[in-house]
Amino acid sequence: MNYFDETITSLHQKLVTKQISNAELAQATLDNIDKTNDTINSFISVNTSIGQEPAFEIAADQPLQGIPLAIKDNILTKDLKTTAASKMLANFRPIYEATVVDRALRAGMVNIGKTNLDEFAMGSSTETSYFGATKNPWNLNKVPGGSSGGSAAAVASGQVIAALGTDTGGSVRQPASFNGVFGIKPTYGRVSRWGVIAFSSSLDQVGILSRHVVDSAQILEAISGYDKHDDTTSTQEVPAFSKIKADVKGLRVAVPEEFMGYGVDPKVKEQVQKAINTLQQQGAVVESVQLPHAQYAVQVYYIIASSEASSNLQRYDGIRYGYRADDVHNLEDVYIKSRSEGFGDEVKRRIMLGSFALSAGYFDAYFNKAAQVRTLIIEDFKKIFADYDLVVGPTAPTTAFDLNSRIDDPVVMYMNDILTIPANLAGLPAASVPVGLADNMPVGLQLIAPPFAEQTIFNAAQVLENESNFLQMQPKMGGQK
Amino acid sequence: MLDKELVQHVAHLSKLEFDEADLEKFTLQLDEIIQMENELTAVDTTNVRPTTHIARQESTFRADEPQKGPSRTELLSNVPEQADGFIKVPSILTTEED
Amino acid sequence: MNFETTIGLEVHVELKTKSKMYSPSPVSYGAAPNTMTNVIDFGFPGVLPTLNKNAYRLGIMVALALNAEVEHHTHFDRKNYFYPDNPKAYQITQKEKPLAHDGWVEIEVNGQHKKIGIEEMHVEEDAGKNTHATDGYSYVDLNRQGTPLIEIVSKPDITSPEEAHAYLERLRQIIQFTGASDVKMEEGSMRVDTNISIRPIGSDKLGQKVELKNLNSFKHVLNGLAYEQKRQADILRAGGSIGQETRRYDEATGSTILMRVKEGADDYRYFPEPDLPDYHITSEWIEQISHEIPEMPDKRRQRYIKELGIPEYDAGVLTDTKEMSDFFDQTVALNADPKQVSNWLMVNVNAYLNENNLDLEQTKLTPQNLAMMINLVKDGTISSKIAKKVFAETIANGTDPKAWVEQKGMVQQSDPAVLEPIINQILDDNEQSIIDFKNGKDRAFGFLVGQIMKQTRGKANPKVVNQLLTAEINKR
Repeated sequence: MNYFDETITSLHQKLVTKQISNAELAQATLDNIDKTNDTINSFISVNTSIGQEPAFEIAADQPLQGIPLAIKDNILTKDLKTTAASKMLANFRPIYEATVVDRALRAGMVNIGKTNLDEFAMGSSTETSYFGATKNPWNLNKVPGGSSGGSAAAVASGQVIAALGTDTGGSVRQPASFNGVFGIKPTYGRVSRWGVIAFSSSLDQVGILSRHVVDSAQILEAISGYDKHDDTTSTQEVPAFSKIKADVKGLRVAVPEEFMGYGVDPKVKEQVQKAINTLQQQGAVVESVQLPHAQYAVQVYYIIASSEASSNLQRYDGIRYGYRADDVHNLEDVYIKSRSEGFGDEVKRRIMLGSFALSAGYFDAYFNKAAQVRTLIIEDFKKIFADYDLVVGPTAPTTAFDLNSRIDDPVVMYMNDILTIPANLAGLPAASVPVGLADNMPVGLQLIAPPFAEQTIFNAAQVLENESNFLQMQPKMGGQK
Repeated sequence: MLDKELVQHVAHLSKLEFDEADLEKFTLQLDEIIQMENELTAVDTTNVRPTTHIARQESTFRADEPQKGPSRTELLSNVPEQADGFIKVPSILTTEED
Repeated sequence: MNFETTIGLEVHVELKTKSKMYSPSPVSYGAAPNTMTNVIDFGFPGVLPTLNKNAYRLGIMVALALNAEVEHHTHFDRKNYFYPDNPKAYQITQKEKPLAHDGWVEIEVNGQHKKIGIEEMHVEEDAGKNTHATDGYSYVDLNRQGTPLIEIVSKPDITSPEEAHAYLERLRQIIQFTGASDVKMEEGSMRVDTNISIRPIGSDKLGQKVELKNLNSFKHVLNGLAYEQKRQADILRAGGSIGQETRRYDEATGSTILMRVKEGADDYRYFPEPDLPDYHITSEWIEQISHEIPEMPDKRRQRYIKELGIPEYDAGVLTDTKEMSDFFDQTVALNADPKQVSNWLMVNVNAYLNENNLDLEQTKLTPQNLAMMINLVKDGTISSKIAKKVFAETIANGTDPKAWVEQKGMVQQSDPAVLEPIINQILDDNEQSIIDFKNGKDRAFGFLVGQIMKQTRGKANPKVVNQLLTAEINKR
């Protein structure tokens, strides 16, 4: 199956008119994965049994029925191994389904397999996975970004039409940018976190990656909405996101000065500026604004995310599930050895940083201070959104960097997230849409909207998709006819 | 400001252990991260309320209606060691009890 | 050197709900291990808490009954620590903004009344059970994990083990009357941790606190604190110093034993729980709950004394537990004489409970049956002697008193039309006795009554017999 020429709607037509059966589509997708997975390592496990499922009639009013979906491996799938790319959960079989998976399956989608990520979604390169790094299909020597690098590479290489990711500090948008695909993180509270392996509870949100904007919109429509299992979800009505109006006339667009600074690569800036010009040509009013506290976003993020993570990851203790070290003689051994052997270095660094920031004597100076500056960042956005509909800028300061180039330099690695983190801290919907290439690698434009205004993002992103020729460009690994 | 002793203390709180080489490496890396974090002191946060979650509704409650969970067999299916329906784990060595 | 004592008490009380604090699992006791659990109780990856409204409501009820001020804007916090019975390795509690603060209860020790302050009270989740076996393993049962608790922290107003004991009694009584908990130490629905320090009288600095655990009854609290008070005084008098330690009460010896020496405070790395929203507890809700609180023991006692004429001591005993007091109220409401009800409860019922080691609710006695029985005596249907038999039957088997006495032929004969011929027959047969009686030999009257009772096989109503006999003798 060549997904490069397809959208969910075109596949749906083929399924309804029986040009292809759901079973054939599932098998074709498994074949796609089989062909390229050894090279890019985008999947941790593949749901091979799905190929044996019988064909059935696809209903004309069920647009997602029979469409295969890749799922990031930190989202629980009942009876299908869910590892968080950690040795800790390498053999973990969930006994319940994440709400997002449940909703996708109810809409008729097919879980085709579980994609690679940075261990426990902690990273920006998918290099910290216990199952090995994922490679960027545009250049196999480059990282796919992270932590949803497996999902992004699977979509970019044409293995699947769409994938679920999670985004805590940019983990959907940055890999989308690095792989030349669309990726959206909805408003915090739009999508349930029940069954999503918690990294940072106040920041985590499930997102979607796809080549076409409309495909993400369609899937978001299916997985969104209040969930009684998650008290942080919103009761706001879910709009029909896929009814996109590719129109930005009169749209007030703000470009934070700070987003164009921060060591953004000039070639990236050039592509981003070009896209901003396109929006302007299509009738948007573009103005420069200031987001003064955004410069502290990385500092705030690493304290808050790590503090919450240090607590969220305490449950991995080798007692009820997950890795238990051999050669343990007492309880303390079970804890210390299982955790020290089961977690990788990046996870340990974040646990250590978080435990430190919460510990007696440091709480006020670190955790509380960061939580206060977070408030200031939220207020900065509120001020901007009083006058504007959308904030835009680059998704990442650079294009995909080389494999193994930053893995031992955490601060440099963390700084790569400076442009994506602010939207997480403020709980805002944000997306990355591919707008061009710099040195033959994709560049993404980030679009941030006020809470629950995902539709504004889809509409503007669709304009950019229509006006650019990006969908004609294809990565090294896939799409070649 | 971050020394090995503090790193050891935090490791103890986190139930992690490091060999000497890793301890050295983590102390350096964490120190570098903390230096970065110290830039936050430049921000005036007087009277600023901390944001600790982004829940979209206030005061959400669940009705007090009991529901049975999955079967015990399922719940225990990932347990490394079990006996007679109990989760089994090596004891603590000290005489401490709670 | 003389010392003064400062005691702090942390009391955990299980709130009586159907489901758990943050998970919909049923709350149930005595079930097979790990059967009353779900993925939340197991702390599986990806689970999230949801707050039980009724648990919070019961918490507010307890707070109001303890005269505390309910916090209007609150949130939950995580307390982080590793233990096998604590599956998430954090407990969701309220640290920064507890449910309520600044409450008090009044206690009485040796006739002295005193108000004991309550610092704060907060709701949280209970841990599972971790049983240490001799095979080097612990066995974890998570059925109790997540059971709603309220923790009540006293102010340092308690200055003797006796006051601590009285405070606990009072706390138990008040909470029991709210119906929010069973408050039974022996079943673990009430648990007590305490700390005690002593200092030379007049010193303005508190002494070193020692924590005391394993207190399984109020008696243990009293004995443990008394032992500890003396132990600390002995050390200080001998020139020693008190260590920062946790000790356990040893029931066998009545002494306290060192558990561990604490090095600095535990570091629980508390922080606000990001998985739950902020809670706004409205004045309307608090007001509504205040109307749902049952009448408290003090009010009931006053009512019993003033409106029902029950002696003060008896009124105190009747209001010791809600069960007893409710039973009393319900029986009186069925038109039984309050003093009679009080007497039966105080004497016969309590004796029965003590003898059989039962709670009132474990017997088959009902207010309906007790009221019926009392009224059967009152209207002369049965004698008070027969009433004792009826009581024994109905408390043991729940038998309907009226049906039973009828069936057993225990109904008294009070009808003059039936009794008069019998009396006249006896008088005719015993003329000498009439003469004796009229000559002042009172015993003769007794003899005649005895004959009548014999003739009626004990069923004649003695009161009626007395009246009729006197009247008939006077006729002769």
